Amino acid sequence: MPDTPAIEVTRLVKSYAGVTAVNDISFRVARGEILGFLGPNGAGKSTTMRVLTGYLPATSGSVRICGVPVASQPDEVKRHIGYMPENNPLPEDMRVSEYLYFRGRLKELRRRMLGPRIDEVLELCDLKRVRHKIIGQLSKGYRQRVGIAEAVLAEPPVIIMDEPTIGLDPHQILIVRDLISSLRGRMTVIISSHILPEIEVTCDRVLIINQGRVVAQGTPADLRREILGRTSYQVELAGDLAALPVLLATVEPTLQVGAQGEPDAEGFRKLTLTTERDADLGEALLRALALPGYRLRALSRTNPTLEDVFLAATRRSWDAKSPELPKK
Amino acid sequence: MKHFFTLLSHEIRMLLVSVSTYIAATLFLAFMGFIFYTILESYSKAPQEVSPAYVFFQFFWFPVLFMVPMLTMKCLAEERRLGTIETLLTTPVTTTEVVLGKYTAAYLLYLTLWGSTAGFFYILRRFSGDVRFLDPGPLTGGYLFIAVSGLLFVALGVFASSLSRNQAVAAILCATMIFGLVFGLSWLAGSTALNPDVLQPVRVVVDYAQVFTHRDDFTRGIVDTRQLLFYLSGTVLALIFSILGVEAKLLHS
Repeated sequence: MPDTPAIEVTRLVKSYAGVTAVNDISFRVARGEILGFLGPNGAGKSTTMRVLTGYLPATSGSVRICGVPVASQPDEVKRHIGYMPENNPLPEDMRVSEYLYFRGRLKELRRRMLGPRIDEVLELCDLKRVRHKIIGQLSKGYRQRVGIAEAVLAEPPVIIMDEPTIGLDPHQILIVRDLISSLRGRMTVIISSHILPEIEVTCDRVLIINQGRVVAQGTPADLRREILGRTSYQVELAGDLAALPVLLATVEPTLQVGAQGEPDAEGFRKLTLTTERDADLGEALLRALALPGYRLRALSRTNPTLEDVFLAATRRSWDAKSPELPKK
Repeated sequence: MKHFFTLLSHEIRMLLVSVSTYIAATLFLAFMGFIFYTILESYSKAPQEVSPAYVFFQFFWFPVLFMVPMLTMKCLAEERRLGTIETLLTTPVTTTEVVLGKYTAAYLLYLTLWGSTAGFFYILRRFSGDVRFLDPGPLTGGYLFIAVSGLLFVALGVFASSLSRNQAVAAILCATMIFGLVFGLSWLAGSTALNPDVLQPVRVVVDYAQVFTHRDDFTRGIVDTRQLLFYLSGTVLALIFSILGVEAKLLHS
């Protein structure tokens, strides 16, 4: 079944004691794709991931991993996934290699294969130096990598990691990012994260959820266009601001002055100009603002980050939801 | 049951590297040694009617009350507190395998600790040179009783551990359950509360479930299948409840 999607979630709902943590989520992940899962705290990311692994039962809806339904064949599904939970729980009093051996046996790797595979994974995650250390004494970065090593140990087709880069220093984040990228094409990976640039670099596709609903999905570039819908320019300018809109309209009719800063000692202000046009207006703006009466010090086109998209998307869903919220 | 032995060997290893195991073992052997010493002292002063083994097993309840909680309190409570139960149950193992693995490991350790008290009798035999001190009847019966009742006590400990993520709570709960089983039922049998005719069936049940009577029967060499059944069914029930306990906590976590 090479054409079945690796993960298929249809109308998933999960509620705990009256609180709906996940509300009607549907998405698909193709094989070999890396999906980033974004959302504010309490959005339902971890719950969704737990349902995907079969650890928690769904209230309604269906989840299929590699075509196998989680609800009716949880054991089969567990053979297809590698899972690293939130906060990466590890036993405190085991050595790294012992732990990996134990986990490998539980994941039904054959004893003969297990030794070489553990060496391979230790190499991959740069854990060779600490293989005989006790996990409880390892630093956060090492523990995190032990968790990742454990998730990829059995070479499952689907890997689910809940905040794999939390608490790591930039160098370690780079290692983890390379590690995840190296899985691209071979394994399907879902990662959740708060660190947005991380997701932007690593993931093929991003899914933003808020309050248990999908508020946006697509590639980072798609999301920028779809959610923000406009390009903005940052200029530092001195001169007559009242005449500025008229001047800008001659360059591009949709160009508008957004936020304005206070003038500094030399009379320059920081202005944000926004437009709905995708094409680069930099040159036209430079010409227009070179007119007498204006002094231009800087002009740059701002590239909206995923952070802006994320904030815009979650704010939009808050706005859409807030009138319905019951007052307590 | 594919993963049972993987889990069992893991659990035994974990018990062997844990400090609480050694504390329990030391306290247990020190206490049993003290009891044995007191018994020998009284035997050296005056001749007694029963063999030392019989008296020795009279005190079975005291080590059980503190040793079983120490051996079992960690097993499920710790997994839940650390969250490792989540990684454990997302591999192709079932809750039943996990609970049985932990139970068997704790039970084997319990047997080993009690087994080591056999050394006391060996020393007695070796240095007294008197075969009468080593009466094989009460000795075998006593150890058999320990093995059979241990099934239920350890299962109760595992059950208590499945109910809480706090080890101390699990330990206290386990000690309370064992206390209730051993002393509560014996008190109930002696009280007048069960005298009314309506409560006769209850009285019959309570009379069967007397741990002290079972001990006396076993040490006298009587092995009653009803008593075996009492411990076996109790064990199965406690283990089923432990499995349900773990799964229920997942559903409501």
